[in-house]
Amino acid sequence: MERLVFLLSTGLARGAVLALFALSLVIVYRAARVVNFAQAALAIVPVYVAVAVTSATGSYWLGLACALITGALLGAVVERGLMRRVPQDNPLAGIIVAIGLVMVLQAGLAIAFGPDHRPVHAPFSQRPLGVGGVPLMSPYDLFVLLVAAVVMGALAWLFGRTSLGLRMRAAAFAPETSRLLGVRVPRMVTLGWTLSIATAALAALLLVPTGLGLDPHAADVLFVNAFAAAVIGGLDSPAGALAAGLLVGVLASLVTGYASAAAAPPAVLGLLTVVLLVRPHGLFAAREARTA
Amino acid sequence: MSTLTIERLTVGYGDGAPVLDGLDLTVPDGDVVALLGANGAGKTTLLRALLGLTSARGGRVLLDGADLTGLPTEDRVRRGLALVPEGRGVVAELTVAENLRLGALWRYAGRKHARAERDAAVGQMYELFEPLARRRDAPGHTLSGGERQMLALARALVTRPRVLLLDEPSLGLAPLVVAQLLGVLRDQARSTGLTVLLAEQNVTGALSVADRGVVLSLGEVVADRPAADLAADPALRHAYLGF
Repeated sequence: MERLVFLLSTGLARGAVLALFALSLVIVYRAARVVNFAQAALAIVPVYVAVAVTSATGSYWLGLACALITGALLGAVVERGLMRRVPQDNPLAGIIVAIGLVMVLQAGLAIAFGPDHRPVHAPFSQRPLGVGGVPLMSPYDLFVLLVAAVVMGALAWLFGRTSLGLRMRAAAFAPETSRLLGVRVPRMVTLGWTLSIATAALAALLLVPTGLGLDPHAADVLFVNAFAAAVIGGLDSPAGALAAGLLVGVLASLVTGYASAAAAPPAVLGLLTVVLLVRPHGLFAAREARTA
Repeated sequence: MSTLTIERLTVGYGDGAPVLDGLDLTVPDGDVVALLGANGAGKTTLLRALLGLTSARGGRVLLDGADLTGLPTEDRVRRGLALVPEGRGVVAELTVAENLRLGALWRYAGRKHARAERDAAVGQMYELFEPLARRRDAPGHTLSGGERQMLALARALVTRPRVLLLDEPSLGLAPLVVAQLLGVLRDQARSTGLTVLLAEQNVTGALSVADRGVVLSLGEVVADRPAADLAADPALRHAYLGF
């Protein structure tokens, strides 16, 4: 029982990171209709910046702020400088460019900083706190959950309550009609990339202290699991990314705890397969339109 | 209000022969002009080219003498052109209220009482189209064809455009709904002096609200007469409109 409670609570914290990363994939998919295969590589560059800033200044918070800013800038630069120039009539072109970007970024990081793991310290203790003798989550896990909740709340407010969010949603759903409504659609696409990569960078930064450390591939597994979560949730749905991220996190934690870490990826794949068989467009896919 | 001038406009798709070849047309200030013609005459292409949704190979589009050529669609909208495209131009995933708010956003942005002015403009649309007021929180995709067309027209009018372009607003709608929509259009044109270019297959309906009728055939203007003359003269009707 104790073990179950512990695995569930750590699974929630891992799931929150997954949900954030899945949300970043959903944001960029909604804005630009691309599955960004370069998300992990783009997310890890700001983490290098954060680690450099933190080790130079001693401030974790300054590093975190720099990671968010770098992620936002990187998103804007990649969209304006690269993705906008890719032919839009075929999704394959964007995917190939993204894979090329992964190779360039990861090779560049390995050349600049070396391919080894660099240990990254968490700003809070990672030792689980006990409640009545039962180990629950660590202070760092609590911090991760809190940050994820705040960011998701802020994004939900932005998309649901503000005029900017309204314009971004409209541009994502119906670009041509939105232009007829006076929305500057290209600007909204750039903003989507900006928000997406900043969110992904935050997720990667939260993940790194819980794993082996920082290396150019540190977010690759996160991307794979978060992509599975985004698809389970229905690629188009922020709420779906949130729910499926938590679900995948808890599932992976339970399988790792009761079976082995090696069994977690197949378990996630199994969940993905079952969901796609039952609901091919994901759990939270948009409803069908009235045609009559 | 405003005059729309089209000079030597040439538009084509791919390598094919141009759909519009050096078209000249003036829609004078405050006029309602019906753009008539068979399928393939180039009506939709003309309207899309005026908004920059389809790029022109040559020629100019002027609004009150200001050249719109080369401007992106959203800037032409901000200059005062509004298009209600064929097939209900609304964002189906957003609610009625969100569609109207979105349309009005840029129009009242940066003003002192932006929100109040915007809400007032949206409120006027609810008065004009009573069914929309009842369904203001319904998502666009749950609306009927008629409601969707009302919403498309309302979100265009809420921006107080200088020139309103409509592409077959009567397509697939019941005669009663068409009469209602055209009636609103005529009243708006009369009361606000709005300039309107109305592309229609429904010749009788379009000519009943128009001042002038322009017949397009294979990308050229083949007739340009007062609407009453075009409607009343059987010879003209037969020669240009096939009935």
